[in-house]
Amino acid sequence: MTYAMVARRVSGLLLSALLLLPLAVSAEDAEAENLPFSDLTMTEPERHVSATEECVAPEAVMRRNHMKFILHQRDDTMHRGIRTRRYSLEECVNCHAAKNEQGEYIPVNAENQFCSSCHTYAAVNIDCFQCHATKPVRASRLNGRSASAAHPSGGPGNAPHPFLVSEGNAQ
Amino acid sequence: MSDTSNRIDSARRAFLNKAGAAAGAAAIAPGVFLTTPAVARPADQPVSSEKRWGILVDTNKCASNCDACVTACKDENGWGSTEHHSSQEQQSQWIRKVEIRNRSTGFVATLPLMCQHCEHPPCVDVCPTGASFKRADGIVLVDKHICIGCRYCMMACPYKARSFIHEDLEDQLPWAPRGKGTVESCTLCVQRVDNDGTPACVEACSAENHNALVFGNLNDENSDISRELARAESIELRADLALNTGVRYRGI
Amino acid sequence: MKLAPNYREIEGKSTGFRVLLGGLGLLAALAFGAFLYMEHSGHYVTGMTNQIVWGMPHVFAIFLIVAASGALNVASIGTVFGKSLYKPLGRLSGLLAIALLLGGLMVLVLDLGHPDRLIVAMTYYNFKSIFAWNIILYNGFLAVTIVYLWFMMERKMNRYYRAAGTVAFVWRLILTTGTGSIFGWLVARSAYDMAMLAPMFIIMSFAFGLAIFILVLMAAYSWTGRPLGDAVLFRLKNLLGVFIAAVLYFVMVYHLSNLYATEHHGVERFILMDGGIYTQLFWIVQILIGSLLPLAMVYHPTIGKSRPAIATASLLVIIGGMAQVYVLLIGGQAYPLEIFPGYEVTSSFHDGVVNSYSPSIWEITLGVGGVAVALLVVTIAIRVLRFLPVSLADDAVDPHAAKAD
Repeated sequence: MTYAMVARRVSGLLLSALLLLPLAVSAEDAEAENLPFSDLTMTEPERHVSATEECVAPEAVMRRNHMKFILHQRDDTMHRGIRTRRYSLEECVNCHAAKNEQGEYIPVNAENQFCSSCHTYAAVNIDCFQCHATKPVRASRLNGRSASAAHPSGGPGNAPHPFLVSEGNAQ
Repeated sequence: MSDTSNRIDSARRAFLNKAGAAAGAAAIAPGVFLTTPAVARPADQPVSSEKRWGILVDTNKCASNCDACVTACKDENGWGSTEHHSSQEQQSQWIRKVEIRNRSTGFVATLPLMCQHCEHPPCVDVCPTGASFKRADGIVLVDKHICIGCRYCMMACPYKARSFIHEDLEDQLPWAPRGKGTVESCTLCVQRVDNDGTPACVEACSAENHNALVFGNLNDENSDISRELARAESIELRADLALNTGVRYRGI
Repeated sequence: MKLAPNYREIEGKSTGFRVLLGGLGLLAALAFGAFLYMEHSGHYVTGMTNQIVWGMPHVFAIFLIVAASGALNVASIGTVFGKSLYKPLGRLSGLLAIALLLGGLMVLVLDLGHPDRLIVAMTYYNFKSIFAWNIILYNGFLAVTIVYLWFMMERKMNRYYRAAGTVAFVWRLILTTGTGSIFGWLVARSAYDMAMLAPMFIIMSFAFGLAIFILVLMAAYSWTGRPLGDAVLFRLKNLLGVFIAAVLYFVMVYHLSNLYATEHHGVERFILMDGGIYTQLFWIVQILIGSLLPLAMVYHPTIGKSRPAIATASLLVIIGGMAQVYVLLIGGQAYPLEIFPGYEVTSSFHDGVVNSYSPSIWEITLGVGGVAVALLVVTIAIRVLRFLPVSLADDAVDPHAAKAD
């Protein structure tokens, strides 16, 4: 990893830490028993996967830290070509996108859908989906394509996230 | 707990590195090893400068009426019919077919032109935020997360390889994120290359039986591209700029 | 004996003042509206394309930023070179520099693809990029000039102001070197790629900045009824003449250098002969109306002493300067990249053809808004703080020094 990348990463983390500071402070007060935003009243969005299937980390951790996981994964994938899928935004979308009555996927950033419902409540403006796909695409696109090896859906390196480990120790 | 997992992780990494080195050594030996496919880079390992990806374009084999490479790129990366408001001058083009005619001799050739993935890319030099960057394996990319849309890289690129996205986009592909207000260009199909694949343009050219495009590792003297480059002449576009491009041309 | 000049806020109660504020405010508001529209829709509503990537907003922004650096010239002459005639003008000079830079930067930032990521531009730096250096230089210029003004205006800090003025002077030269190098270091484009662009931008800044300074000074003194003597004004207009001639010299050397190298004949032929609008802007607006005419006016034995003529000459220098930046910036991009020397090139991506650009109303509105914001800052600042001497009449501005020079 080059110096410039480290510098970028550090400044990126500092920036996100700065932005998340108010959130962390308010979360500290509630602590332990309540999930962050547990007073959130909204229809629980439908999920693509079964309700019993675990997310990549416990819900309390995900609610607080999903942005850190994604940010870390983002820089690793973009700059270093690390393509583990456990914390990739695409996998978030693959799992959390719901389908409408016709069985078609609804964008995760559409009103009341998984990503937008909470971000609207928390007044967080994200620009992930200016660029990123908002619906699962990979499986359907790859049907009938010869080069299926180009987009494998799994892969090695799906170990728990370093952030997750350190967060666990801290708590 | 974190200590243990880190130790396992680093041991695994060390092992994989050795395995990779062994595979590389074996490949240098003559005979059957040459045809052995390279060991895939594990998804959790970063790219390294042991590889430098490049493409050789043989314009003698490039058919004038064929744009299979362009179509394949559009299909793979989801550009081409996605901008409904932008004028033709404003729409993105990652790769284009260019026809050139020598003013003195009248000699005509056609060729695909895209990001040349320079070793010393001017777009990377000028980018104020570092959004325009070169990966360790030589692929030049735009980190759209930190691109502010200043377009200085477009001013600096000698090949006019970059486009600016002039409007909101929808239905992007997961492996090729792109959006309004940022600059984009050929990624050498990084999503394929990272999984030991071949760029879509190269694959399409072979599928048409033209085989005008050869893709491979320039740092491996036994790769198809290195042997082809060693065998016969090739040039860099704007060689006077000494950028050491990853894309090279033959027959012009 | 030297009289310390007596500075006073302007009264700012006249209808004219309110109309001026209202008009400038309206232009600034329109610009903000244009920005919101462009930002919301995306740049497809502008005239920019993948060929002409920097358009009208950049013409305004670069003009304003270059002029900002030059506007500080008057203060520097007083402080660094100790010409006492210029000293009473120092405060306005510093203020104008800050205001013009703010206006220019506003336009530049609001034309970004992602103006919402300004924080990224401030936190991620690629130190090989001259653009990144410029971000530091611009912010530093604001800081240095504010300190310089403070030292100038605060009696207790007066003894340091010469040092601050020297720092500001050096900083300004580096800043405009940086601005010029944004183009000078673009190795791929035949219209740029010349180290001479950096000093050329510096001399351009002298001329543009001084022209704006003269106009603002004349307007401020005539609208507030304060006396402005010939000693100050004639000195300034004579200096403007020197700067116009210097710009002409640099433009001539630039084109002669390009004309000597056969590889640049294409772009020179384009700008000087076949470029249509660019050729016309170059010869008619930049050279004839923007340089030769004002040069003749300011040095003419009788016309050069007429105030309307001095104001007109300054205005012409500004118009010529805008044309110069337009020809350099847009014309330089309109001329196709030479990717295949010796070949004719055709493609679906406008290779090998002259690119067209027609600025949209939104881009022009944004650019004009930058000018309005700059003037608004000046207007409000001279209303609330003591920037302007009560009198710049000949006997008030140190007549001994004036004679000695």
